[in-house]
Amino acid sequence: MRVPSAVSVTENLNAPVGVAVVEYLRAVFGDNILHEQVTCDRIPTLWFAREDIQHALTLVREQSFAGKRFEMLLDLTAIDERVRVNRTGQPASEFTVVYHLMSFSGNSDLRLKVPLFDDDLHLPTATVLWPNANWYEREVWDMFGIRFDGHPNLYRLVLPPTWEGHALRKEHPARATEMDPFTLDDAQTDIQQEALKFKPEEWGMKRASEDSEFMFLNLGPNHPSVHGAFRIAVQLDGEILVDAVPDIGYHHRGAEKMGERQSWHTFIPYTDRIDYLGGVMNNLPYVMAVEKMAGIEVPERVKVIRVMLSEMFRICSHLLFYGTFAQDVGQLSPIFYMFVERERIFNIIESICGARMHPGWFRIGGVAQDLPQGWERRVRELLDFMPARLDEYDSMVLNNGILKRRTQGVGVYTTQEAFDWGVTGAGLRATGYEWDMRKQRPYSGYENFEFDVPIAVNGDCYDRCAVRVEEMRQSLRIIKQCVDNMPTGDYKSSHPLTTPPRKEKTMQDIETLINHFLSVSWGPVIPPNEVSMSIEATKGINSYYLISDGNTTSYRTRIRTPSFAHLQMIPAISRGFMVSDLIAIIASIDFVMADVDR
Amino acid sequence: MQWEVGSALNIASILAVVIVIAAMLIWVERRLLGFWQDRLGPNRVGPFGLLQVVADMIKIFTKEDWIPPFADRFSFVLAPTIIMIVILFSFSVVPFAPGVGIVDSNIGVLFVLAMASLGAYSVMLGGLSSDNKYALLGSLRAAAQMVSYEVFMGISLLGVVALAGSFNLREIVVAQEGGWFVVPQFIGFIIFLIAGIAESHRLPFDIPEAEQEICAGYHTEYSGMKFGMFFVGEYLGLVLISSLITVLFFGGWQGPLLPPLVWFFIKASCFIAFFILLRAAIPRPRYDQLMSYGWLFLLPLSLINLLITGAVILLAN
Repeated sequence: MRVPSAVSVTENLNAPVGVAVVEYLRAVFGDNILHEQVTCDRIPTLWFAREDIQHALTLVREQSFAGKRFEMLLDLTAIDERVRVNRTGQPASEFTVVYHLMSFSGNSDLRLKVPLFDDDLHLPTATVLWPNANWYEREVWDMFGIRFDGHPNLYRLVLPPTWEGHALRKEHPARATEMDPFTLDDAQTDIQQEALKFKPEEWGMKRASEDSEFMFLNLGPNHPSVHGAFRIAVQLDGEILVDAVPDIGYHHRGAEKMGERQSWHTFIPYTDRIDYLGGVMNNLPYVMAVEKMAGIEVPERVKVIRVMLSEMFRICSHLLFYGTFAQDVGQLSPIFYMFVERERIFNIIESICGARMHPGWFRIGGVAQDLPQGWERRVRELLDFMPARLDEYDSMVLNNGILKRRTQGVGVYTTQEAFDWGVTGAGLRATGYEWDMRKQRPYSGYENFEFDVPIAVNGDCYDRCAVRVEEMRQSLRIIKQCVDNMPTGDYKSSHPLTTPPRKEKTMQDIETLINHFLSVSWGPVIPPNEVSMSIEATKGINSYYLISDGNTTSYRTRIRTPSFAHLQMIPAISRGFMVSDLIAIIASIDFVMADVDR
Repeated sequence: MQWEVGSALNIASILAVVIVIAAMLIWVERRLLGFWQDRLGPNRVGPFGLLQVVADMIKIFTKEDWIPPFADRFSFVLAPTIIMIVILFSFSVVPFAPGVGIVDSNIGVLFVLAMASLGAYSVMLGGLSSDNKYALLGSLRAAAQMVSYEVFMGISLLGVVALAGSFNLREIVVAQEGGWFVVPQFIGFIIFLIAGIAESHRLPFDIPEAEQEICAGYHTEYSGMKFGMFFVGEYLGLVLISSLITVLFFGGWQGPLLPPLVWFFIKASCFIAFFILLRAAIPRPRYDQLMSYGWLFLLPLSLINLLITGAVILLAN
């Protein structure tokens, strides 16, 4: 472990590519750039009028800047700005559409914003540039009622087709208690029943080809292999897949809406349930984003504790993936062995956090408690038993001939396709592209750790599994370094916005007492700002885009999850394969429906 | 002569023992899988969970006898009975021990193969009559798989028949007094073993009911006792295949010291346990891989085996 450097790592977000792209856009659009906004995450943020946005996006997509390109549309979302108070300098807007583009080669981000007004909510689609814009635009339509001109099928994505209103608008109630009591009379039942009818045309599928009639198979929302409430409408010619259209939204709980309702502090446990296998790793991007807006620097000990627990959860999540992957290709036993290991890791996590799957243990400015006495012994036990078990699983699963034949060459995609569909994490690395947030943009002190980023070459189901298996070994390396080099010091920052605040001085001086009282009863007031914070989560890039309006709650909480993007590409990689292959493909993606629907 | 082949006592006791063993296998399999998979398995009802079977039976008998309104009633009811009937018929020619058996047929091997072919109808009808897409996919797969693997199954046995010079299973056992057929017919044994698993469609050959892919395949729509018949039928098939392997390749009841029936029981139990272990160990190949493995590898191999066996017998004479 190296000595921590003084430079904040996020400084390099404003890389040469970022400068080059802003200069280029300035040269092309001149005064037509409505505004250049400064956000505390230092991502260049440019405002464009609706008329210019498609041109601007096309240029950014097709040109290279300082020799690098913006390969991925990382996120596309919107903000209901109508009741926002603090937006000095920003162009007038009632609804703002936000494009978050990412350059992997140049390691830089770019944010483009478009102001819109309630009486005229539409703008050109980006699906012609990035195929993954499809679902993102549908989601924005679903949640905000903003139309995208030229979108191939702008139907609701997450909410049911019969839903009234657009849920993330400020006037939409956040709780059922704010609405009229729910009733379901006969007329309503008929409407709902009618909406459930499967019409292939609405899904973009034909009923028959020239010489044969297709069979439509409804896989899910309850099916042994869809890993949660997830539905795929499969179009079959014999057992060959003609098309497979995913349908999501069965696990939607409105996490983003809750983010606008809960205080900054009380939202933390909700984040645990986004990728419910990632546990406290979900807290990390959220608390780091809030800390960035609040200007909190956390102590070194906190960083290392956070890294250690996150990596434990990475192992847990990957173990579950590993077992279910084997199970989905018909191998019954590995999952039971892996659950035993997972259980042992949960026991360690429990002894540290007090809870197992969803500890909600990170806090704004620190963690909930200091590490318990004797924690090293238990974590070292993990380091002792785990490597041998992983080797055993290699011979059981990865080296199994039947499993290889089932998964090699199945569900292949290239690095370019991965970029087009917004694939990150192990799915991207399996195509041979070495990119790991922890290496490229180290956060929470990852720059001080020695570990490798495993990659594979073929980008098929087998490789995606192999990459994750190797990642578990690397996580063990990181955990070992955490145990060997755990810094001493506080488990909480002394910053006044740290929540809950440190209690030592509350009974001695009035300022601290007042601060403590307010911070606990109302929650901290975060200064107005915008920030986006990404981490390398268990399944890919997980990013929180938070807007504070100078209040005790978030004005807008956008959660960009990896699984959402990954599911969208299922049709593209499964056409022409068989039903059994589809199951292998789904298993290899490693998604969690809570992470998709939020 | 009470213990004579074909006596009423014989028939009754074989029928009872076979069915009880098949039912007990549900418990045995769950316990063994639990043991191999680092978990307990059913251990609550009765000593070692032995009464789990009874509990399961009570549950399954008292469940509503449900036929989906969209199903074809006649064949829907017929399908599960076929599998039970044909497998129980097959047991009629199995020589368990000297004097223990139901029929001493001169065409025993052929009869078993014929019954196995009929068994395919059960799975096909079950899937088709359910009018369910998953069941349809399951029965399509079952039809292809069972019809294909019967071919190799038949051919793999011809070596044994040639060596014994008889289709009579009892005579085949007697012919193994000098040495078990597994030695000269090792390839035949392997092929029969594989085809046997395919016939009883258990993992890794459970493609017709691959849970992860097509829910429960051909019996997706079945519940209650009709499902129970498929379920017990599967275990009956397991017992049958294990018994046949014992008879054809491992000298049947023959063995030193212990009584013949005990030997038969020990040998058959080993194969049953082996089949269960297979299920715990091996992933499932894809449907087309299974087909090409059968036709491109097993079929030529079984033909070559038959050819060589024939040549050796001719030369020896």
